[in-house]
Parts: sequence; C-alpha cells; structure tokens
Amino acid sequence: MNELDRVVVLAGGLSAEREVSLRSGERVRDALAEAGIDATVADADADLLTQLHADPPSAVFPVIHGASGEDGAIREVLGLLGTPYVGSQASACQMAFDKPVAKALVSAAGLTTPQSVTLPRETFHDLGATAVIDLIIARLGLPLYVKPSRGGSALGAGPVRDGAELPAALLSCFAYGDIALIERFIPGTEVAVGVIDLGAGPQALPAVEIVPSDDGYDYAARYTAGKTEFYVPARLPAGAAAEVARIAVAAHSVLGLRDLSRTDLIVDEQGTAFFLEVNVSPGMTETSTLPMALEASGHSFGTTCVRLLELAADRGA
Amino acid sequence: MTADEQPASQLQRIDPYVGQYAERAVGMVASEIRALFAVAARPEIVSLAGGSPYVTALPLDAVGEMIGQLVADRGDTALQYCTAQGDAGLRERICDVMALEQIRAHPDEIVVTVGSQQALDLLTRIFIDPGDVILAEAPSYVGALGAFASYQAHVVHVAMDDDGLIPEAVEEAVERTAAAGRRAKFLYTVPNFHNPAGVTLAAERRNRILDICHRAGVLVVEDNPYGLLGFDGEPMRPMRADDDEGVVYLGTFSKTFSAGVRVGWAVAPPAIKDKLILAAESAVLCHSAFSQLTVREYLATQPWQEQIKTFREIYRERRDATLDALASLMPPGCRWTRPRGGLFVWLTLPEGVHAKAMLPRAISSRVAYVPGTGFYADGSGGQYARLCYSLPSPDRIREGIRRLASVIETEIQLRDDFGPAPGTR
Repeated sequence: MNELDRVVVLAGGLSAEREVSLRSGERVRDALAEAGIDATVADADADLLTQLHADPPSAVFPVIHGASGEDGAIREVLGLLGTPYVGSQASACQMAFDKPVAKALVSAAGLTTPQSVTLPRETFHDLGATAVIDLIIARLGLPLYVKPSRGGSALGAGPVRDGAELPAALLSCFAYGDIALIERFIPGTEVAVGVIDLGAGPQALPAVEIVPSDDGYDYAARYTAGKTEFYVPARLPAGAAAEVARIAVAAHSVLGLRDLSRTDLIVDEQGTAFFLEVNVSPGMTETSTLPMALEASGHSFGTTCVRLLELAADRGA
Repeated sequence: MTADEQPASQLQRIDPYVGQYAERAVGMVASEIRALFAVAARPEIVSLAGGSPYVTALPLDAVGEMIGQLVADRGDTALQYCTAQGDAGLRERICDVMALEQIRAHPDEIVVTVGSQQALDLLTRIFIDPGDVILAEAPSYVGALGAFASYQAHVVHVAMDDDGLIPEAVEEAVERTAAAGRRAKFLYTVPNFHNPAGVTLAAERRNRILDICHRAGVLVVEDNPYGLLGFDGEPMRPMRADDDEGVVYLGTFSKTFSAGVRVGWAVAPPAIKDKLILAAESAVLCHSAFSQLTVREYLATQPWQEQIKTFREIYRERRDATLDALASLMPPGCRWTRPRGGLFVWLTLPEGVHAKAMLPRAISSRVAYVPGTGFYADGSGGQYARLCYSLPSPDRIREGIRRLASVIETEIQLRDDFGPAPGTR
C-alpha cells in the first residue's frame, strides 16, 4: 500500500457550483484530518499545474462540481500529469456528465428513465419556439421537468405544470447551458443512491429519501440546512429499495464509473424506479446525501475518503 | 452495511433548530445569485459587481509603518476597550473631513460606527417596529435594504430621475403613506453619486425635499459615502449642511481611505445621538479602538486629501473607460447613467431582458455585475444591472463590457424566441 504523504483535495473551479464545491472540499479535508491525513485544498486555477509539478501528491481527491470538474476535463489533465486521483476516468465522466447521453446508455442497458427530448436553443430559434414547444407538449404531455443537459445542483432546472410555463422554464435552463433536457415529470418519492467501491466492487449505499419543505428540491432547498428533510434509508418497500440499489450499481457499471458515484431516482406510486441522472463528483457538503448515506451505513466518512485515496495511489495514474 | 440490510428509516434533520428561528430569518437561505458571485471573485472573471474601493492605490508601506508605530507608541490604548461614542480625537478629525463638504458639526454630535452600515442598523433598530414605513430611493442601496428587512420595515420606494430623488414623488409617497393611516419614520437617501444608480441629487431639489420631510415630520437619513469622490468641481453641499435638526448624516472612511478598517460615523441631533450610543453599546459594547486610532493616525500623519485626489483620478479614468465602452459596444435598447463621481453606472437592459436571469450566462462568459433586483425591497428591478468600475483596469473594463454586450445580444435573441423573461413584463 502506498503511503499518503501528500494529498490534494481539488475544489472550486469556475462553474456556478464553485461555492458548493468549496464547501465539499473543506468537508473532505476536515474528514481526512480527523482520519489522520493532512490534506491541502487546491483550486483548479493557473497555479495548479505548477503546484502539482513542484510537489507531486500521492493522490488527488477531486470534488469540483459542474463543468470541468465532472465533464472529465480536469481528470484528463491529471492523467496527463500522471497524478493518481479518486473517481472516474475522464472518458466515463464525459458520458455521465451529459445527461441525455447517460440516459441513452442506461436505457439501452434496460433501465427505466423518464421519456424525454433534448434540444439546443438554436432549434427553437430556427424552427420557431412556439411550434417546437407545442410539439413537445403534444408528445410528452404535462407535467414536465426541464434542466440543462450538463450541470448540477438544480441550477436552471425546474418543473413545468402548465404549458404556459414552458417558455420561462426554457429561458431559465438556457441561462446555464445551450442544450435543454425536457423530461416527463414523474411524481413520486425522490431518492439519491450512493455507490461506493472500496476494492470489492461497486456497492449501493442505503437510499436517501429527499423531502423538500416547499418549492421542490431547488438550489436553496439543497444547500440551506433545514429546508429539506432526509430519511435514511428511504421509506420504500423492500422491493423498491432493492430496485433503486440495483439501478444505481447498474448505472455505475454501464457508464464505466469508478470508486464512487451518486444516482438520483424517482420511485412512482406503482413502485417503478426511474433513473434521472448520475453524478461522478457527488456533493460532500453537510447537506449532501452521499456522506449522509455513508454514515448511516456505518462507514466513517473520513476513513472512506482515506481508503479511496489509498486505492487511487495504489492504482497509480 | 448495504441496501440489502436496511435498518429502520431515520429522519435526518441537518438543522435541529429549523422550527425555532424568528420570522425575520425566513428569507435567509442559500441563493443561486450568491453562488454565482463566488465565481465572480476568480481572476478570470471581469467583475463589474463588487463595489469595493481600489485600496491598491494607497501608500501601503507608509500605512503599514504608521500602524506599527501606532501599536508601539499607543498600543495600551489602541488594543483596549473605548467608549461607545468613539474616540474623541477621531471625532475631531471627522469634523475636519466633513468641513470639506461645508458641514459644520461638533465632535459631540458624532457617533463612530462600524462602517456606515452599523449606523444604518442602529438607526433602524431605534426607529423601526415591524411594519413601519421607510421611504427610500428606487433603486436603493442593497446594504440599507438588508438592514431595513432585518427589522421588518416596510420600504416604500420613491422615484428618481437623472437629477436624483423627485421632490413631487417624495411628497406623493409621504401623502400616500399618511392616507393609509401610517407615517414614514424616515427617508433614506444617498444624494451624491448614488449607489447603485450613479445619479446625483440636484442642488435645487435638496432644500425642497428637506422642506417636504420637515412639514411631514419625516427624518432624513443622508448617507454620503461618495461625496468627496466627485470628478467635477467642488463637492455638493450635503443636506445636513442646511439642517442640523431634521437630518441624520452618515459618513464613512471606506471609500476615502480603507473599507477594511470599518470606520464610519453618524452625525445626529442630540436625542437621537444619545439613543444611538446606547444602541451601539448593546450591539458591540464599543467599536474597535485599534481601527479608530488607525484612522485618526492616518488623518494626522498621511496626505489624506492628496490620496482622495488620487482615488478620484483613478475612478474618473475608469468611469470614462466604462462610458466609452458602453457607447461603442452595447446593443440597441440599452441605456445607462453617466455618473459625475463615485463608483457606479446603472444599466437599463432592453425590454424583456432580465438581469438576474441573465447572470449565469454572464458568469459563463466571464463577466459579472449585480442584477437590479437586489436594490428593490420587493425584488423588482430585473431590467437593471449595476456596473462598478472601481477595481478593473480600463482595458479589463472594456473587455468586460464587450463580453457583457455579447451576453445581452444572446438574451435579446432568447427574448425574441421565448417571450419576455418573467418579471420584466
């Protein structure tokens, strides 16, 4: 086993999720400190490569959310440097971070995901937004859920209950990216299932049920302590609990992910579990579900982070 | 343990006190806008957001030496408690500063505060019960609105034009408030180089507004952080120079010396001053003696008036760069104010374009501004953006405005495709 002489937690970045990432980074660093590992937090900025060259780390723990953190770009650079890192490789991230691509891949593997369409803003412009919107509603019905094809933390995402709300929802979505994923909204129990691989293959953690207090699981609900209630494990029938675990592990495997991931799902009233999206760099803040599930299942958050770093260091670049 | 071995479900409350907060804390939640501003701090972003003074222009070595000497010579005072009213020597110096703007005040009329923000907080604390009315410009300073909201004030915005507050609008707001069976407790105004609007209250309007407020028994709170940062001619005569009974005057060293020392002040009629001192005692016991003596020493030993001229010239150059870039780059439908001092330009976006909705795209394009919604108590003002030119160099300002123009052009296309953004109709 390699010694973890120097550990870098990579946090920040330039996406709209920078603040969340910085909070995740601090939490991982603190958890590592409690487990006896002295880590430094570094941003993905112009000084990063100089730092990594000057004092190569035993391993890097990337917790940059959103673009560059989850689209594989930073991991590609870490690969070029020969720096070991925790988490999925760049090629897998590229597929997982693009929600329509991930949906297509898991769907082809037999998993259920809400019916959807993916459209760039230029299409609305070129063909006429009203006509395209009418087609979407005629095809998918209502309610809908609109989100940017890439990104997280529900930024630019929201439900559409009435057709008249769809243009505004698309405007919000296009503020965060040029391609919209428009899904049928599935009412039901929202759960997040972490998957962790500590050397014995990917294992699902207990599902975390998310119950926002009022306006849905939006940005404020995600990052304001107390605005959302979480049940661990989720209050699901045994069959549904097993099914969401199976889907999370299957998505992790189908997309070729490594070490850890978090899959978001909805279980409808009939007990059908729908894959929504997967996160290759799940939130690690005090309101994030993956650390919650780890602790609830008897894993120490800090010890788990150390183990993931050890595996990365052993694996090498 | 894995999902196959599930224990009983447990409710996880991240905040066990969630049901115990005061009503005024309900709105204190994480926000997307705050998250976006976290990105704006990165050097890749041209930030026209901020509002911070360009302290890099200070003689930092000399200030550092001065502070070292202060601690060596008078550390026993600088590192000790002091009175809630503030250091007497500093208050004398503050009178010298205000004399530049024709205010004649006695040191005993002054209460030193933690920036003028604390003065706003204390004034609101001693005057406002939940639901009481405060008149404020439309738009108004976001920090003041935050203080007013924390005491659950009802803010009635009053219209401005290029010459600042419109006296007839003040009168109408006073009358409308009275007709509703209420009385406005005070009028809050930033008359010089307004934050965020960049306009200045015309001299001939000042006494008219004082007269309207005097007749209605409405106190005037005159907040003047930028008065010495005018680009043309002599400083405008503050309202406090003509009325020492109906005006509470707020000043600060944040823009003329250092925002980091957090030293501001209030000049108030005796009864109000006494309550401010008591309120300050209960809030902070006393303000930092170290900060106060630092400012006092700065005023006594450094060429502070020359430094203000330096700031003025830097901001004038950056204002010019901003206005030139706006004129040459902004798409049709945009309008903006032309400040004669201070730090801010107020940009009106084309119809149907919402500044808050546009911000994520702007950040992705690596330019930041403050959406107008923060400057209205009811969250309206989406068609406006505040641009601050104090920190970026003229070249960076031009690049930032080039990026912003491109973002606005995309928003115009989105508006044409999807209709006006909500909140702009």
